[in-house]
Amino acid sequence: MIGETTTTVILDNSGIRRALTRISHEILEKNKGLSDVVLVGIQSGGAYLAREISRCMEVIEGERVPVGFIDITLYRDDIKSQAPHKSVGKTDIAFSLEDKRVVLVDDVLFTGRTIRAALDALMDHGRPCCIQLAVLVDRGHRELPIRADFVGRNVPTSLKENVAVRFDDTQQPVEVVLEK
Amino acid sequence: MATEFKHKDIIALRDLSKDEIELLISTAESMREVNGRAIKKVPTLRGKTIINLFYEASTRTRTSFEIAGKRLSADTVNISPSTSSSTKGETLADTALNLLAMKPDIIVMRHAVSGAHYFLAKKVGCSVINAGDGAHEHPSQGLLDLLTMKDRFGRLDGLKVAIVGDITHSRVARSDIQGLTKMGSSIYLAGPPTMMPPGVERLGNVTVCSTMKEAVSDADVVMMLRIQQERQGKTLMPNAREYSRYFGLNPENLKWAKPDAMVMHPGPINRGVELSSYVADGSQSHVLKQVENGVAVRMAMLYHVCGGELAE
Repeated sequence: MIGETTTTVILDNSGIRRALTRISHEILEKNKGLSDVVLVGIQSGGAYLAREISRCMEVIEGERVPVGFIDITLYRDDIKSQAPHKSVGKTDIAFSLEDKRVVLVDDVLFTGRTIRAALDALMDHGRPCCIQLAVLVDRGHRELPIRADFVGRNVPTSLKENVAVRFDDTQQPVEVVLEK
Repeated sequence: MATEFKHKDIIALRDLSKDEIELLISTAESMREVNGRAIKKVPTLRGKTIINLFYEASTRTRTSFEIAGKRLSADTVNISPSTSSSTKGETLADTALNLLAMKPDIIVMRHAVSGAHYFLAKKVGCSVINAGDGAHEHPSQGLLDLLTMKDRFGRLDGLKVAIVGDITHSRVARSDIQGLTKMGSSIYLAGPPTMMPPGVERLGNVTVCSTMKEAVSDADVVMMLRIQQERQGKTLMPNAREYSRYFGLNPENLKWAKPDAMVMHPGPINRGVELSSYVADGSQSHVLKQVENGVAVRMAMLYHVCGGELAE
């Protein structure tokens, strides 16, 4: 019916767990362990997922990976057209990024503009050895030459649809839904 | 907390809601991260032009606004009285229209006349931020005071704040009264009767005290105001020594306040008059913290008025 939104669950809770566990293994494999690896989650969904991935990696390797959080509001390219300006979230990276292997974490990869902003923000914090990208869902429709290194689930979508990762009050991922 | 800020101008805290004040404080807390890192710059206001138009002397506020603009990547231009055409007799309206022809996005102004900014905002289409107007308001100072108190106590509601000094001439006091009242604090004022404006209770949650002891007793915050020698008539106080004896803060009368009370001052300090050096440099003094927070608060103000301009 016109005007009505339908919601389909793409990934349920255990699906998300499996995807995050696999991503954690892939990060460890690609970087040959976790020396010099740090996670940086993009506020707010990516920040919650970065914490989850860090927990998974700790279970696998028995060692804790540093986790930081970055807010990209001040680096957006659409800020000129945004009215009124949104509140600015907190950036909290308590460690140096110099020569680190940074894994940037976000929930949904779409146009790539958020990632572009996050890359600029990270560079202002230091010069990492490399930056890799981990996302829970890649929904396509890139507008910039950006791709993810680690993907939970590829979901072909139309531009009319919306993909959302839902979290509970304790910031644990609940499900990924497709709204159309 | 509000998630959006719809004003084009920030002229007085009286014009803002509690939600909007909380939003500005929260954004300022986020801006502090930028000020703490090696590359202290974000691209948010790239391509924006900010004119700092200061008709009155200022070091702290002007520098702070200039740094705030630059850290957001805006281009900032300073105009001060000695170099401006106002010395040649140009009116504020004409100055405003001439500046406007140069297409600024924000004008930050300090002016000796209360309410001059409302006049300016009507004349120009760009954003106007008040950096102090006469004895009316100084909203950026009010906001940084709120932020500094919130840092220390984690909250603002229920705080007892003593404000001591020349209330009549103090725009800082008026902005503090507006902001603190909205946030749920209680304000106790003390000062010589010649410096206490009649009816000041009507501005907010204000109690006028007859002695300094009454205001400072049990206070969480003691805010000392500068004796504005440039604004005094001859009759308001006999001399600085007598003033200091009755209304100056020293280690002895600071004991009236709560043991961990914070001491604040908007600067510049007249050492030995309203504030003894022992207190100004002591462990309870948050004066330099206020200056530090000033940059973050002004970044938040510049950021949000730019979005407000688009909202209208």
